[in-house]
Amino acid sequence: MKVLVYAESTEGKFKKSSYETILYASKLAKKVSGETIAVSIGNVSDEQLNTLGKYGANKVLKVSEDRLNSFDSKAYSKVIAELAKSEGANIIVLSHNYNGKAIAPRLSVKLDAGLVSGAVELPNTDGSFKVKKGVFSGKAFAHYEIKSENKIISLMPNSIALEENNVTAEIVQSNIDLSDQDFGVQVKEVKKSSGKIPLTEAELVVSGGRGLKGPENWGMVEELAEVLGAGTASSRPVADMGWRPHEEHVGQTGTAIRPNLYIAIGISGAIQHLAGVNGSKTIVVINKDPEAPFFKAADYGIVGDAFEVVPKLTEAIKELKAS
Amino acid sequence: MKILVCISQVPDTTTKIAFTDNNTKFETNGVQFIVNPYDEWYALVRALEIKEAQGGTVTVINVGPASYEQTIRKALAIGADEAVRIDAEPSDAYYVAKQIANYAEKETFDIILTGKETIDYNGSVIGGMIAELLNMSYVSMASKLDMNGEVATFEREIEGGKEIVETKVPFVASAQKGMAEQRIPNMRGIMQARTKPLKVEAPIDVSLHTAVVSYELPAPKGDVKLVDADNVKELVDLLHNEAKVI
Repeated sequence: MKVLVYAESTEGKFKKSSYETILYASKLAKKVSGETIAVSIGNVSDEQLNTLGKYGANKVLKVSEDRLNSFDSKAYSKVIAELAKSEGANIIVLSHNYNGKAIAPRLSVKLDAGLVSGAVELPNTDGSFKVKKGVFSGKAFAHYEIKSENKIISLMPNSIALEENNVTAEIVQSNIDLSDQDFGVQVKEVKKSSGKIPLTEAELVVSGGRGLKGPENWGMVEELAEVLGAGTASSRPVADMGWRPHEEHVGQTGTAIRPNLYIAIGISGAIQHLAGVNGSKTIVVINKDPEAPFFKAADYGIVGDAFEVVPKLTEAIKELKAS
Repeated sequence: MKILVCISQVPDTTTKIAFTDNNTKFETNGVQFIVNPYDEWYALVRALEIKEAQGGTVTVINVGPASYEQTIRKALAIGADEAVRIDAEPSDAYYVAKQIANYAEKETFDIILTGKETIDYNGSVIGGMIAELLNMSYVSMASKLDMNGEVATFEREIEGGKEIVETKVPFVASAQKGMAEQRIPNMRGIMQARTKPLKVEAPIDVSLHTAVVSYELPAPKGDVKLVDADNVKELVDLLHNEAKVI
């Protein structure tokens, strides 16, 4: 059984989530005694393509043409579906990230394939094919059986620890005929949030809530994030009041994240907030209210004034990094 | 503009999740149901704003049994002109998308909007499936949508930034925070909702791709380890040596 995996690149470089999907696909391929075929779309150097072998890709199919330099779910899903057919792959793996969420459902229709989006573990392939994913916005998990012959799994970012799996990948240039009808949208402009770590990919996240009293007090949150190399996030009230941009809002109606470390500062921990972050491996809560419900969901806590604790924490981490 | 907004019924955000029948069924007893927030706050409200600015109609569609009608009426109270309910259990995403696409194909809408995902099964797939079934453009995770005649300009989120994207009607888009502000229905809206048309349609046959075999709750957290506010170094030590995350 062949496993086809889409490795997304941005400006010619693969992302961490792409390597995660390659590793996941290669582990799955081992389970079903198959091989791992990666698909790369857009201009990517052979040197970059070779890095996919490090995480277990046996073969890399490279599709590049000018029209594919910006993202269009219609064209991208056509490329991936055509390659799955010509390679005879009936399992497809991709990331459950922003673009993955646009491609996966289209592939599901094109290939008449059952889709589980947001998988958090390798499938159980004993007998039936079952995939575990988070449901009820982080409050529970469900085990889905995929009944159709073709299967698609989109992998939740940060769900598999990267490890090298050294395989030498064979790189093959592939061509897919695309007509103008295969394109539907035009990307006019890309605005990068400069220097910031994308929240969904961040392994460490520092988050602030209403307890910080105002947007002018975010300097210390950003400083802590900077010494850690962490992303910054916020609770919903903070985003609603316009203290922070809404893309930083994590929780049930914001972004769901599962970093290795989540530091919550001045956030009480309403059930809706916990839903978006309780997949985090380690949770630290800093709050002056010892009754804050967040402490019940935390691994470590400090009851204290954030304005005193956070600068001290930043200093202590600086010392650790310097030692 | 003829606009279709896909709405889902989900448990209220404060619901404590539990399962019955040996963890194979979601416990609905005592659960309050609402319109999926992304569908209501962003997709539906933006649809109404577009209609208010350029004229047209806003239809909401739901796949669900008769008991969902109370939730569907909420969408009418907020301002949708009419509602359609496909009379079936929303068994899996593909099943639901096929039902909606089948209806939309007959009625030819200019714009089809969904929320970015439902807060119960968190699939984020219905919009993309409908777009593919109807061979339309799809813009996912849009935080802005501006219409200029037949041209739509979106802002959509990508990892570490945003993209400005343009397409023409007909299209499908999924909406998230930023696209509109939540509207609270007023008394007049609630009264009018009672008499607005709510059509019931029979489902088409679709074979299921997936099924939930069982559910599980996350393992409970152990007790929190409290560190004294005067001893922040100890926390750093624990994170470094015990949790090994920094």
